[in-house]
Amino acid sequence: MSTKKSSKKVSKSSGKTRAKPAAKKTAVKAKRTAAPKRVAAKAAGKTAAKAVVKSAAEFMAHAYAMEAEAAERYAEFADSMEVHNNREVAELFRKLSRIEQRHADQIMEQMGWKQSPATAADVRWEGAEGPETADPTELHYLMQPYHALQIALHNEKRARDFFAHLAKATKDVGVRQGALEMEEEEAEHVRLIEEWLKRTPKPDANWQADPDPPVLSD
Amino acid sequence: MNTVAAAAPLTAQAFKSDYKPIWCPGCGDYSVLSSFTKAFAKLNLRPENVAVVSGIGCSSRIPAYTNCYGFHGVHGRSLAAAAGLKLARPDLTVVVASGDGDGYSIGGNHFLHACRRNVDLTYVVMDNHVYGMTKGQPSPTTEPDWDSKLSPGGTGLRTFNPLVIALAAGANFVARAFAGDPNGTAEIIAEAMRTPGFSFVEILSPCVTFRPEQREWKQMVRPAPVTPTEDAARAARRLMSDDGMNIGVLFKGDRKPYQPPIGKGKKHPSDLEAEFAL
Repeated sequence: MSTKKSSKKVSKSSGKTRAKPAAKKTAVKAKRTAAPKRVAAKAAGKTAAKAVVKSAAEFMAHAYAMEAEAAERYAEFADSMEVHNNREVAELFRKLSRIEQRHADQIMEQMGWKQSPATAADVRWEGAEGPETADPTELHYLMQPYHALQIALHNEKRARDFFAHLAKATKDVGVRQGALEMEEEEAEHVRLIEEWLKRTPKPDANWQADPDPPVLSD
Repeated sequence: MNTVAAAAPLTAQAFKSDYKPIWCPGCGDYSVLSSFTKAFAKLNLRPENVAVVSGIGCSSRIPAYTNCYGFHGVHGRSLAAAAGLKLARPDLTVVVASGDGDGYSIGGNHFLHACRRNVDLTYVVMDNHVYGMTKGQPSPTTEPDWDSKLSPGGTGLRTFNPLVIALAAGANFVARAFAGDPNGTAEIIAEAMRTPGFSFVEILSPCVTFRPEQREWKQMVRPAPVTPTEDAARAARRLMSDDGMNIGVLFKGDRKPYQPPIGKGKKHPSDLEAEFAL
């Protein structure tokens, strides 16, 4: 997993750089000016978060935890696929992990944090894990890149909905601006992954067929 | 390894070894490994002060994947090895990893007496209701009607209730966790490690290969609707009537851990050799 810090955003699909979003700067500024307010952020359905975000800085700590946890999970998926010799999918998950980690590093850099403000374990979500963290039970040793992208798409949508709800729920100006910015970013990621999916071959109906299956109990 | 005074806290990642797990993709044990390392980091432990001891089975591979002392022992005997280690080296934090086959069947007897002795250990059992490593035989926690090629029509046998048995045998801390909630599980493991005496944590850890229906556990688990009790009988009654899907700390006692004095009556190895010579 890359730990290199970058000051520029990297597109999910192409790795192209783009300018740092302005609203994040606003969020950083708001960290210094906004009075802490207790805002319960409950998003819709399974993407809900129990996050109690009091300030822009706390909001960014949540965003950091979310990105870092997603990066860690994708790295685990990549390891798992590598061990099972599914190299194409392993490479894809590794790429997704690097992208999420880069986002986490960017938050660190923007906030001027020298060390992680929070780990995923410090943040309480409404569900068991953060809205961008992939569900491990979705993996299959014969899965194809299309499946991996579907997992990523699902997570990006959850992240987008999470930030959209947070933007609506908060009364803190800095938190709202930061959340709207992140919502837009996640929405862009959704679009990029949808495009990526269009270019990726769909698996055939028998993709799970294994001539030498491990399961004796079927 | 030397302990570095006032060393910076380690991250969970620092407790992961360079070996990549070979569990099936989607296995709950990946998340349990993550919970182990998060708990160690949360408690500000150092790798040189932690030992992970296991028996045999998928879950028992964990020592290889953690960066601390490890002992991958004999089938069902992880608790015996761990108790010996803890009694000889009380300064170490000893965590024991097992599965429902290793822990409740082959190691069932050790489980009972480990609870009774109350040595300061944390015993984590990853329960997937099946012997996964040997390709899907029913374990003590397999449902009686689970139909498979290896158990046509199901075993018809009543399931083992490990938490109630742990309470009856004297465990000082009893909890149930779910692998799909690695952060919550890390908190429970950390709480178990903080509690002196024998702490038992059962983790529902899906086996997606032989029990793919366990993917649905994430929809079925819920936080236990009760607060932990110090009354073992009350905790046992609650457990006897729940459906096995309540997650959280269920019992926390205050029994003093068993720890004989170190060094008293210590004999030189040559004296012991003479004493036990045939």
